[in-house]
Amino acid sequence: MTGTGIGASVKRVEDQRFLTGNGNYTDDINRPGQSHAWILRSPHAHATITSVDISKAEKADGVIAIFTGADMAADGVGGLPCGWHIHNKDGSPMLEPGHPPLAHEKVRHVGDQVAIVIAATHDAARDAAELIEVDYGVLPAVINMDAALAGGTLVHDDVPNNRCFDWEIGDKNAVEAAFAAADHVVSIDLVNNRLIPNAMEPRAAISEFDRSSGQYTLHTTTQNPHVIRLLMGAFVLQIPEHKLRIVAPDVGGGFGSKIFHYAEEAILTWAAAKVHQPIKWTAERSESFATDAHGRDHETHADLALDKSGKFLGLRVATKANVGAYLSTFGSSVPTYLYATLLAGVYTTPAIYAEVQTVFTNTVPVDAYRGAGRPECTYLLERLVTKAARQVGIDPVALRKMNMIQPDQYPYQTPVALMYDCGDSPATFESALKASDYAGFGARRAAAEKSGKLRGIGISTYVEACGIAPSAVAGALGARAGLYESAQVRVHPTGSVTVYTGTHSHGQGHETTFAQLVSESFGIPIDQIEISHGDTDQVQFGMGTYGSRSLAVGGPAILNACNKVIDKAKKIAAHIMEADVSDIEFADGKFTVAGTDKEMAFAEISLAAYVPHNYPIEEIEPGLDENAFYDPLNFSFPGGAHICEVEIDPETGDTEIISFTAVDDVGRVVNPMIVEGQVHGGLAQGVGQAMLEGCVYDDAGQLLTGSYMDYTMPRADNLPNFSVATQSVMGASNPLEVKGVGEVGAIGSPPAVINAILDALAPLGVDDISMPATSLKVWQAIQESSVRQAAE
Amino acid sequence: MPTVSMTVNGKSVSAEVEPRTLLVQYLRESLGMTGTHVGCDTSQCGACVVHVNGESLKSCTMLAAQAEGADVTTIEGLADGDVLHPMQEAFRENHGLQCGFCTPGMVMSALDLVQKNPDPSEQEVREWLEGNLCRCTGYHNIVKSILAGAQALRG
Repeated sequence: MTGTGIGASVKRVEDQRFLTGNGNYTDDINRPGQSHAWILRSPHAHATITSVDISKAEKADGVIAIFTGADMAADGVGGLPCGWHIHNKDGSPMLEPGHPPLAHEKVRHVGDQVAIVIAATHDAARDAAELIEVDYGVLPAVINMDAALAGGTLVHDDVPNNRCFDWEIGDKNAVEAAFAAADHVVSIDLVNNRLIPNAMEPRAAISEFDRSSGQYTLHTTTQNPHVIRLLMGAFVLQIPEHKLRIVAPDVGGGFGSKIFHYAEEAILTWAAAKVHQPIKWTAERSESFATDAHGRDHETHADLALDKSGKFLGLRVATKANVGAYLSTFGSSVPTYLYATLLAGVYTTPAIYAEVQTVFTNTVPVDAYRGAGRPECTYLLERLVTKAARQVGIDPVALRKMNMIQPDQYPYQTPVALMYDCGDSPATFESALKASDYAGFGARRAAAEKSGKLRGIGISTYVEACGIAPSAVAGALGARAGLYESAQVRVHPTGSVTVYTGTHSHGQGHETTFAQLVSESFGIPIDQIEISHGDTDQVQFGMGTYGSRSLAVGGPAILNACNKVIDKAKKIAAHIMEADVSDIEFADGKFTVAGTDKEMAFAEISLAAYVPHNYPIEEIEPGLDENAFYDPLNFSFPGGAHICEVEIDPETGDTEIISFTAVDDVGRVVNPMIVEGQVHGGLAQGVGQAMLEGCVYDDAGQLLTGSYMDYTMPRADNLPNFSVATQSVMGASNPLEVKGVGEVGAIGSPPAVINAILDALAPLGVDDISMPATSLKVWQAIQESSVRQAAE
Repeated sequence: MPTVSMTVNGKSVSAEVEPRTLLVQYLRESLGMTGTHVGCDTSQCGACVVHVNGESLKSCTMLAAQAEGADVTTIEGLADGDVLHPMQEAFRENHGLQCGFCTPGMVMSALDLVQKNPDPSEQEVREWLEGNLCRCTGYHNIVKSILAGAQALRG
C-alpha cells in the first residue's frame, strides 16, 4: 500500500493550482484573433417579435457581425433537444415544442435570446446591442401553473393548456383499495420552491472554426463535454463528431446547471463559421439568473393511508411540475423517473400511485439541480410522515421505525419500479438519533423555554437513487442515450499513468479520488498518476458528471481498465520471468512468481511493453494502454438520516440552526475528506432551500430575484458547523461497492429543517410553513397564530 | 485611452485602458492575471477580492484608474514558488475549496481578517465572510481553514 489508495484522506491534487490562481476556467482562456459576443435578450416574458432592426447597430464601432433567429432559421439550424421521452397516461407521446437557439417570431421568457452581436471587444458588442431595435408585440404572460393549465394564454401555440405531459406510475386500484381500508388518512399540500443553482462561475464559451480542416472547437462550462458534442452536433448544427471538439476546462461548480445544452453554445459555434474568428462569451451574473436552468418548482397534494397501528397502507400523490418556457435537456425526467420512483422512500408502503403533470410557463426552463427529483420526493415524504405522526398521535421516531424497510428485506422491490439493492435505514437512523442526542432534546427545549426561545427538532430519513444509470433500464424509461461510462488507462514506458475519464470534475476532486483508485490498483504513488478529463479530442467517450454517477459508474470503468492492464502485464511478466502466467501474482506494485523470489516492478513491465526486446510478441501486442466501458447493473441507493435542531426567537422570528446531524450511507468511501466536503456542500444547499432561497417571478414574468441583492444565497453566518458521519452498507451493484455522495446533503436536509421549525412552532398551533422559511415568514406565522389564539 | 500604472505583486505594470475599465478587468484582461475571478455583477460574491495598499477590496468596485500608483496584491502574489503561503496551505490541508472559483477571494479576504484580528473566533470568521459567497463547501471547511491559517500565522 502506498498510503494513497482507497480509504485515505489524500489531500487534493488539484488544490495547488486553484490556490495559486492558476486554475484554467473558460473565461481565463483567450484565443488568437478572438472576438467578443453579447447576447441581446428579451426584456419581456412573452411577446411576438415583429421586427429586429440591426441597421444602426451594424455600423457601430468594432462590430463584426450581428445575427438573429431569422438568420439561424434560414440556415436550417435545429432546435435544442430534450434527452428524455415521457409518455402520457394514454400512451401518447409528450409534446415537444421547438426550442430555437435564437428566438424566432416569439420570445417566451425574460432572458430568451434574440440576437448575437459579435465585436472586437466585449464593451463594443454590448454597446452595439443597445442600438438594435426590436419591435415586440407584448402578450400576456402565464407564470402560475394552475393558470397555465386553464389554457387561455399559450406559451406554445401547439401545446393545448400548456401541458407537456400527464404521466402516471403505480397501481391506482391498489391504492384506492388501501385508502378504502384505512383507519387514518393524512393529507398534505406542499410547494417545493423554485431555486436558482448559482454555481459561482458564470457560464462561458469560446467557439472556433478552422477553415482549413473544417474543424469546430468549443470551450464551454459544461459538466459533460461528450453529451454536448452529441446533442449540438447531431441535433442542432449537424456537425459530425470528428469535426467537433468540445473542451470543458476547469469548471467552477455545476450542481446540475451545467449539464444542459444551452443555446449560447450552439449560437457561438454556428457563428464562428460565419465570422471566421474565435468568439468569446461570458455570462454576467444577471444573465445566469435569467438563463441558467432553474430547479425544483413543484406543487403537490398527497394522501397517506394508515391502519390503526400506524402501518402505512397506501400513498397517493398528484404533482404539478413547472418545466418553464421550453423543455431543457433533462427537464422531462426530473419530475417523473427521478422523483416518483422514489416515493416508497425508506418505507414498506405496499401501494403507491403518483400522477405528474408538467406545465409550460413563461419562465426560464427548469431542469436538474443537485438532487433532481429526489429532494422533492424526500421533502414530500418526510413532511407527510411527520404530519401523520402528529395527527395519529404516534411518536415520529416510532412511526418511522415501524414502517421502515428492514435490512433482511433487501433486495427490496418497491411498488414504483425501483429495486433497492441494499441498505440499512434503521441503522443510520439509530446512529443519527444517538449523535444528535435526540433523547436529551426535552431538557434542551425546557432550557430554551426558560430563556424565552422556541426550540424544535426535526427528522428526515431518506433513500435516493444515483449512479445514473443502467442504460437498458434508463432506455426502457425513455432516456434517449446510454448512461454507461468509459475510461482509458494509459501506462507510459517508465511506469507513470494517465487516465482518461468521460466524467468531468467541477469541484468533486476526481483528479484525487480517481488517482487513488489507480494507486490502489497498481500499487504506485499518486504523483505518478494523472487524471485527464473534459476534452473530447483526448477522452474516447463519456456521459459526464451528474446524478452522483462519477465514482459509481466512472470508477468501475477505471477499475476494469486497470484490471485489463494487470492481466496483460502478467503475461509480459510470465514471459520475462519464464513462468506460467497462472503463477504470476501482483501485489503492492510488484509482479512475483509464486513460490520463488523472482519479482519485477510495475515500471519494469511497462518498460518491457514499450521496449519489447524480450516479449511474447506472438501472443500479445506491445504497449500497455487499455480501454473499458462500464454499464451498471442497477442504480445505487445512498440513504441516511438527517436531524436538525433549531431555536427561534419568537419576538423576531430569527431562526438559528443549533445543530445539524447527518449520518449517510454512501457505500465504500474512497476519500473520507472529500466525502465530508460533498455532504457539507449539499447540506448548505438544502438549508438554503429550506430557509433562504426562493425564485420569484411577478405576474408579468419579470424575475424579481435576479441578483445577489434579491436572491438569498447562504452565507457563512447563516450556517452552522455540520456534524457529518458515514455509516455504510457496501454497495451491491458495482465492483467498487460505492453508492454516490454528491447529492445526499441536498436531498435529506430540507425536510429536517422544516420539521424542526414546525416542531418549535407546534406549541403555538402552527402546523404548516412553506420554504423558504425565512425569519419574516416564521415571524408572520407566530403573529397569525397568536392572533388566532387571542381570538379563541 | 489613458495609461494606468501600478505595482502588482511587487512588479511595476502599466497598460492603456478605457476609462470605464474596472480594476478586476485591468488585472484579468490587460495583465492576463486570471487568478482573480468575477462571479457577479453587483459586488456581492467576493471572488474578485485583492489587496490594495494592504487592505482587502473587491476589485470590481474600483476603476483601474482609481488604483493608479497603488500597491496591489493578488492571489498570484502569495506563494513563494511552489511553497504555499500558510493561509493557502491551511485551505489545502483542511479541504477549504472544491471548485476553486471563490477560493482566491476567500484567501485574500481571510488574510485581511487575520492581519486585523490575528486570533478570530469562529463566529468572527463567519461574520467576516459576509461578502464572500461559496456554493460548494457550505463554508464549514473554509471557516476551519481560516482558523487554522490564523493559528499558523500566529506561529
